[in-house]
Amino acid sequence: MPSVTYQPENGPPTQIDAPLGATARDVALAHGVDGIIGECGGQLMCASCHVYVDEAFLHLLPAISEDEEEMLESTAGERLANSRLSCQIKLTEELDGLILRLPAEQL
Amino acid sequence: MGAPSSVVIVGTGQGGCEVAAALRAGGYAGTVTMVGEEPGVPYERPPLSKALLAGEIAPEQLALRPEAYFQERQIELLESRRAIRIDRPGRRLELDDGTLLPYEHLVLATGARNRTLELEGLELDGVLGLRTLADSLELRQRLEQAQSIVIVGAGFIGLEVASVARRAGREVTVLELAERAMTRTSTAPTAAFFTQAHREHGVRLEFRSAVRALRGSGGRVSAVEDSNGARHAAQVVLIAVGVQPNDELAADAGLPVAAGVLVDRQLLSGDPAISALGDCARFPCALWQSPVLLESVQNAADQAHAVAMRILGGDAPYATVPWFWSDQAGLRLQIAGRSADAEQVVVCGDPEAGRFSALCFREERLCGVESVGRPGDHVAARRLLTSDPGLSPAAAAAADFDLKAYARSR
Repeated sequence: MPSVTYQPENGPPTQIDAPLGATARDVALAHGVDGIIGECGGQLMCASCHVYVDEAFLHLLPAISEDEEEMLESTAGERLANSRLSCQIKLTEELDGLILRLPAEQL
Repeated sequence: MGAPSSVVIVGTGQGGCEVAAALRAGGYAGTVTMVGEEPGVPYERPPLSKALLAGEIAPEQLALRPEAYFQERQIELLESRRAIRIDRPGRRLELDDGTLLPYEHLVLATGARNRTLELEGLELDGVLGLRTLADSLELRQRLEQAQSIVIVGAGFIGLEVASVARRAGREVTVLELAERAMTRTSTAPTAAFFTQAHREHGVRLEFRSAVRALRGSGGRVSAVEDSNGARHAAQVVLIAVGVQPNDELAADAGLPVAAGVLVDRQLLSGDPAISALGDCARFPCALWQSPVLLESVQNAADQAHAVAMRILGGDAPYATVPWFWSDQAGLRLQIAGRSADAEQVVVCGDPEAGRFSALCFREERLCGVESVGRPGDHVAARRLLTSDPGLSPAAAAAADFDLKAYARSR
């Protein structure tokens, strides 16, 4: 089970052992991690599950789709080079130890 | 005044579940009890007419939270139970099994139920509605054995089901009473775009078409007779003509109700110990002149969050820009704000290519945006609509107008 750490801007991190194949958005919601809303149900629709991916893991993620790119242009938190929507991050063994920083606001 | 020591939530849909989750996430230490008519843990409804119906995902994947979540956070989930009466003076909720649940604060998240039609043949086997997980699973199973389906109603649900059934190779006919599709949710240009897309996929869509009767043989439905005298063969008939709010519990308790529980900007009903939210509540919203009832996941979830924050001691009024979505004919429609009854619509982009936004205006002010294949426009619109967007129809109609760039410049 890959471990994922959610790091809010202010506050303690939450580390979770995630089931393989779940998305980082689903895992956050299932564990009540504040700071990820994901209100569209992980449908790539609401841009409210924005995260900043630790640079060490960026190259392990699948490429950003055109739709995700468009959604990322309009996130409430600043769009950075390591911005992703966590509904698009499927957790694999490779991603074990993943660190996701959370923006101060989602929409 | 501190937070109430106990919260009882009627309804275990998206709204009810989010109230409980947000209360615990916010550190609420009192007792939290949820009462729901359906069995099992709360689940997402949007996929019931989309991915679940198409068999792309399993029912377990719809759970909003795993079962352990409720135990770990001491959220008591009373499933398969119906609330039948609110004793307001005694602050108790009576359930159908005789249980009396005391509450300090009561949240009505009772949702809505499907409207029905007065129709000959409604009792025939194969005539279905779609609201619950069980409904979706039954429809899926029936579709597997059917050659053709008739859908009554060309709203989101009817057209989403039409897409799934057509993709599975079924003959699909949609009968709509109005002169166009999605009259309650979308503008005429967007409805026309989707109507054409559905027809290109082979869906038969007929407007100004009422159902006269459902015909069957051996107790099973076999055809739908429309008001023009035509007969449409069908082994499955889906009635998808909208919903009505479950507001009787509130009305019986003497709370103000007008096709939905009336609430104020804090989502409080006529009783300060009772909130209402989501599909069952009618609330004041800046984009509408009179209180409005919105049927959407976003509305339920965001209002749930707002109610939880208020119970925890906040006092911010609910003022989120509403948004909606629908997946149809392989395309995604995203709506921000108020669109269906716009006075003026400016279409930006390229409808031919399936990428456009319909900018909606009332009294020369932007009030909503419908987007197809332009998710960036959608998110930009939601942010623009939080305050006066200062955009005129004339400016939006300029050839080089770009909504995302405009939002960034604000």
